[in-house]
Amino acid sequence: MRAHRERLLKILAPLGVAIVALCAWQAFVELWKIPPYIVPSPVRVAQTLVGDRALLLGSLGVTMEIALTALALAILIGVAIALLFVQSRWIEMSLFPYAILLQVTPIVAIAPLIIIWVRDTRVALILCATVVAIFPVISNTTLGLRSVDPGLLNLFRLSRATRWQTLWRLRVPSALPYFFGGLRIASGLALIGAVVAEFVAGTGGQGAGLAYQILLAGIQLNIPRLFAALVLIAVAGVAMFAATVALSRIALARWHESEMRHDA
Amino acid sequence: MVGRPAIVEARSVCKTYDTGTRALAQVDLDIRHGEFLTLVGPSGCGKSTLLSLIAGLSRPTAGRVRWWGADFAHTGGMGRKIGFVFQSPTLMPWARVTTNVRLPLDLAGASRRNADAAVAKALTRVHLTPFGDQLPRQLSGGMQMRASIARALVTEPDLLLMDEPFGALDEFTRQRLDTELLDLWSAQRMTIVFVTHSIHEAVFLSSRVAVMGAHPGRMLDSWAIDAPYPREPSFRLTRAFAEHAERLSACVADAGGDALPDGDAQ
Repeated sequence: MRAHRERLLKILAPLGVAIVALCAWQAFVELWKIPPYIVPSPVRVAQTLVGDRALLLGSLGVTMEIALTALALAILIGVAIALLFVQSRWIEMSLFPYAILLQVTPIVAIAPLIIIWVRDTRVALILCATVVAIFPVISNTTLGLRSVDPGLLNLFRLSRATRWQTLWRLRVPSALPYFFGGLRIASGLALIGAVVAEFVAGTGGQGAGLAYQILLAGIQLNIPRLFAALVLIAVAGVAMFAATVALSRIALARWHESEMRHDA
Repeated sequence: MVGRPAIVEARSVCKTYDTGTRALAQVDLDIRHGEFLTLVGPSGCGKSTLLSLIAGLSRPTAGRVRWWGADFAHTGGMGRKIGFVFQSPTLMPWARVTTNVRLPLDLAGASRRNADAAVAKALTRVHLTPFGDQLPRQLSGGMQMRASIARALVTEPDLLLMDEPFGALDEFTRQRLDTELLDLWSAQRMTIVFVTHSIHEAVFLSSRVAVMGAHPGRMLDSWAIDAPYPREPSFRLTRAFAEHAERLSACVADAGGDALPDGDAQ
C-alpha cells in the first residue's frame, strides 16, 4: 500500500510542478503581453509543434539516427577497447591516457577537423557523437571487468580455467552492472554529441537535424519553432535515458542490488 | 595415523609478503590420507596462508610443498583432486545454485549429462536438492555455504580444503553444519584440512589438530583427537573434549602470542 503511494507520488509530484510552471508561464506571457519572438506561450509552442510537425519530426528522425548509430558504435568500440585493456596491464597503461585525452578535448574543437577529413557530413556527425559518447563505456566496462570477486577468481584458478573461460563466465557477467552505468551516461552524451556536432558542421535541406532547425529558427526569429525543437530534443534525451534504464532493469533485476525492488 | 601415506608434504615452508610481513616461518606439515586435520590458531598465525600454499594458489618464499609426491608443475590433474571452500560462499550472484555447483565441471569440460548427475548428487549430499533453481541471494547464509560446499564436492576431490567456512554463521547453524560435514567426511572417505580460530570447533571436528602461533606464523604443536566417530553433539560435554580444548588454549597461551580468542563467540 505504501509502495503504491510512493510510486504514484513519483509521477504526480513532478507532473504537478510542470502544470504549475506552464500555467505561470502562460499567465506571464498573456498578462505582460510579451511578443512571441521574445518568449512564446506554451500554447503557442504546442501549436507550432503540431503545425510544423512534418518538418520537426523529420529533423528529429535525422538527429535520433545520428545519436543512436553513434551510441551503438560507442558500445561496440568501447567494449572492444575495454576487453583489450583487461588482457594486460601493459596495453591499458599505454593506451588509457589517450582515451582520457579524447575525453577531455572539447568536441567543438575536434569537430571541424573530423568534418574536413570525412567527406560525408552524416558520417562526420556520427563520428563526432561517437567520440563524445565512448569514454564512459570504456572506463566503466574496464572497471567492471576488473572488479571480480577475488574468491571466485581463485576458484577459477584452482579449476584451471582458461583465460577465455575466466573472461566469459566471470569477468563479463561481473562487469554488466558497471557497463549499464556507463551506458546511461553514454546515451545522453550521444545525443549531446549529435546536436553539438551539427551546430559546428551545419547541415541543410533534407538531411537537416534539430540543431539546424534551432539555428535557422534563431536567425529567422521564429522563436516558437526554436522552443518546439528544444522540447523535442529534451523528450528524445529522456526517452533514450529511459530505454537504457529499462534495458539495465531487464538484464540485472534478477540478481543485482542496484536493480532490485526493495519495496515489493 | 602413522603409516598412512602423506598426500601433501610441506617442508621448511616460509612465506614473506612484499610488505615484509613474515606470514610463515619454517613450517613443516604432513597431511595424511583420510584424516580430518584442523589448523587452529589466533589471527595472524598464517593458517589461511598455509592453506593457500597447500592449494597451490600461492608459492612459498622458501621451502617446498609436494603433492602426491610431486612438485606443483608435475601434478597435471590437480584441479580435480583438490576442492576449496572459502571464508565466504563466493557464489556467482547471477547464476542459479545448480549452475554455481556445476562450475568446476563446466570449466573442466565435462559432458552435460555427467555433470548434471554429479550436481544432483552433490546437492543431495548437502541437502539442497529443492533449492537448485534458486539464486544465491534467495538463500540464507547457511544454505549459501552448503551450496559452496556442494561446488567443492562436485569434482569428488581427494583433498578438501576449507578456510574458516562457518566463521560468519550463527552458532546454531555452525554446529549443524559441523555435524553434517563430519557425516560427509566419513561417507566420502576424503581428506579434509579445515582452518578455524574456534577452539571448540577444532576439537569437535578433527582427527588431528595442528596448533599455530603468530608473529611470525609457525607450528606450535600437533596431536590426535582420539575420540571415536561418529561424534554426537554430546561429545562437547565430555571430559576428553574439555581436556583437548584446555590443552589447545594452553598451547597458544604458552607461545605468548595473541592468546585472546579473537572475536570468537564460543
